[in-house]
Amino acid sequence: MIEFNDYKSEIENQWCPGCPNFGILTALKRALVSLGKEPHQVCLVSGIGQAAKLPHYLRCNLFNGLHGRAIPAAIGIHVANPTLTTIVTTGEGDCYGEGGNHFLHALRRNPDITVIVHNNEIYALTKGQGSPTTPRGEKTRLQFTGVEAAQAQMLSTAIIYECAFVARGFAGNMNHLSELFVSAIAHRGLSLVEVIQPCIIYGTRLVSWYRERVELLPADYDRRDRTAALETALAQGNRIPIGVLYEGPPRPLFAERYRKRMGEQPLAELPLIRQKTIAARLAPWNRNQ
Amino acid sequence: MLDLNIVIAGAAGEGIQTIGDVLTRSILELGYSVFTWTEYESRIRGGKSSYRIRVSEKMSNAPRHDADLLLVLNEQAREHYAGLLNKTGVTLAETGEDLQTVAVPFRSIAVEQCKSKLYANLVAAGALCMILQIEFSVLKQVLTRRFAAKGEEVVRLNLVAARAGYAAVQSVPHTQQLALETRDRAYSFLSAHAVIPLAAAYAGCRFITAYPMSPATGIITAFARDEELGVFVEQAEDEIAAINMAIGASYAGARAMIATSGGGFALMVEGVSLAGMTETPLVILIGQRPGPATGLPTRTAQEDLLFAIHAGHGEFPKAVLAPSDPQDAFAKTVRAFQLAAKYQIPVILLTDQYLADSYFSYDKFESENQPLTAHIADPQAISDYKRYRLTADGVSPRLYPGQSKHLVCADSDEHDEGGHITEDLAHMRPAMVQKRLTKRKQLQQAIALPAEIHLLDAETVLIGWGSTRGAIEEAVSQLRAKGTAMGAIHFTEIWPLPDYVFAGDKQYISVEGNATGQLSYLLAAEYGIHFSGTVRRSDGLPITADYIKKEIDDRV
Repeated sequence: MIEFNDYKSEIENQWCPGCPNFGILTALKRALVSLGKEPHQVCLVSGIGQAAKLPHYLRCNLFNGLHGRAIPAAIGIHVANPTLTTIVTTGEGDCYGEGGNHFLHALRRNPDITVIVHNNEIYALTKGQGSPTTPRGEKTRLQFTGVEAAQAQMLSTAIIYECAFVARGFAGNMNHLSELFVSAIAHRGLSLVEVIQPCIIYGTRLVSWYRERVELLPADYDRRDRTAALETALAQGNRIPIGVLYEGPPRPLFAERYRKRMGEQPLAELPLIRQKTIAARLAPWNRNQ
Repeated sequence: MLDLNIVIAGAAGEGIQTIGDVLTRSILELGYSVFTWTEYESRIRGGKSSYRIRVSEKMSNAPRHDADLLLVLNEQAREHYAGLLNKTGVTLAETGEDLQTVAVPFRSIAVEQCKSKLYANLVAAGALCMILQIEFSVLKQVLTRRFAAKGEEVVRLNLVAARAGYAAVQSVPHTQQLALETRDRAYSFLSAHAVIPLAAAYAGCRFITAYPMSPATGIITAFARDEELGVFVEQAEDEIAAINMAIGASYAGARAMIATSGGGFALMVEGVSLAGMTETPLVILIGQRPGPATGLPTRTAQEDLLFAIHAGHGEFPKAVLAPSDPQDAFAKTVRAFQLAAKYQIPVILLTDQYLADSYFSYDKFESENQPLTAHIADPQAISDYKRYRLTADGVSPRLYPGQSKHLVCADSDEHDEGGHITEDLAHMRPAMVQKRLTKRKQLQQAIALPAEIHLLDAETVLIGWGSTRGAIEEAVSQLRAKGTAMGAIHFTEIWPLPDYVFAGDKQYISVEGNATGQLSYLLAAEYGIHFSGTVRRSDGLPITADYIKKEIDDRV
């Protein structure tokens, strides 16, 4: 029986006291416990940033790689060992900025991984520059006269790219977020959960600003209606809906064809190729070839 | 001893590749050793390109630039390549009245016989076979096999065209010198980039990602085409994705490789450092081409040696191997995977366009027969697992995630033994720096010494690396035949440089496919040796024995 404390890490946490990231960490631990996953069955993958430190604070396998490159590393890990539950924990700068190209192509590929984007709408670890999701016009410690570029709308981008599980959560609603994580991890194919995680140091708005605006999607919301989902994801009102915005029909999984041929085991467990298979390809040219 | 060089020249789209392939296969059928290389422009139609076929009774696996038999498919090609023709050489062309030219109107024959000038290349192939006195039945068999998949009508039309070309050759000057006979020999006919995927699969490779880039695209294509090799293939969105996917796969236990050229490798460099820091095995193939930037996409060079050696910020061990030919490429590829796994490091294989696109003949291709070691630890034998446990030789037992209940934590930050971020500058940072340095020392001890060619009595020694070995060996033996005390030292395991002693009583001349002498710079810095001369080539074409001899003559 897996318990919450099985995921307890002894590593000193470097996040700021009171950071909403703690809510995401707790929600993820709860989700893994409720799914009955053991720590050695889970691999957390990250790049660089405050969100990318999360894997150190949750006792499991981890690959903490380069800035922006968590998704490609996670794809490689998933192909090499599909028995693992592979989860990317990333910030919006890491995932949508530095790694934007990988994000788009991961949506196309549809590997069976979960991508959790901590969206604080600011570059915090580098002390307050604009991020891809900083609202236009917002003044930062680099964009002194306000951000000029448009705010990235990556949930709608994911829907357009036929991602079959697109959700938005709020770090301040841990129970709901944990449920989202459970559904996202259980989903076969790439699942995306963008989490509103206001920065309490460099953020341009208070946590309470978000708390007043987030609201659960209505009970009659049809998450299978792609057009409506796109509209919801794009909506720029005073309310910020949270929940599963879109759940699409199953799509072919990345590496599915290869797996059908080779089996589901880790690639490291496959036997070496037979020597004669290689020798035949190196043999002298003869008249019967 | 027969040594015949055939040059087929024309424009992209005129079917040079087909003529060359068909003729090469026919000559191999006769039992000759064949060496081919091609040079072409970065375009789909037009321009100037050529296919070189060197035919010999003994294995002569090195390029020649001169032509004993020159086929020109158009006037522009004739102008450009006519200078290659030897004094007693023969040109095959559409027109021409001099004694050295055989004129066959390929296009009009093709239109007359096949109702399309598209078959002109087969008319030319037939004429070449007649000049070489190859039985038509040999050509017929090769053609039938090559076009079988395209249907009976295509086979028939190609045979009609080839037969018409064959019949159109009335008389041939210098016939004796060009005549080929049937020999009772058979050769493996392989290129380095055809062999490397096989060697990788042999060594246990299960994962390749690449972004297409000449001249390395053939590597990933070969894996994709040959599913029996069982290697997972993915075309990445860019080179950065490619290297990070491969590192992820390797961390998770799969033997992984990537393939690119200099420009793509430039994008990967941060990932090289990641493999170094996370101690993740990785094999990186760089098929060199001339730079800087886009450079000459379809030409050859040895310009990325120093770049490869120094690639990656920070200090970490890495190996750089540069195979000399396809047989060596097999051995070096297996070795690259073994070194990468044993020392948990990135290993770079340096090839080039010349090596990628040239086919060599071997009467017996030696493929590695050594036992392979996985270099993955037994989880049962470990109680408290730490991915970066400090050990005497710097190498920590490697497990992969999901292999057992042990957790495997890898970090690009400076980390503690458990793989977690550390800022312990007093103890952990120095210990991890030392760990990586210790691995480098171990690796350096494992690196093979360079090959010595007639070194003992040599007064002048050519020093080269990688794909120039054939040309260097040929130059040495030709110069020795003329009485010069020439020898050579040739490097294929270049980094870290091995403990090697250069004799003080010899003159050293570096031979490299670049303009600055990258290996000589390295050797001067590491061993303090002095070079009395250099042979450098940076025009995009391969170094040949004639080129080396001419450069030496010009300077002496």
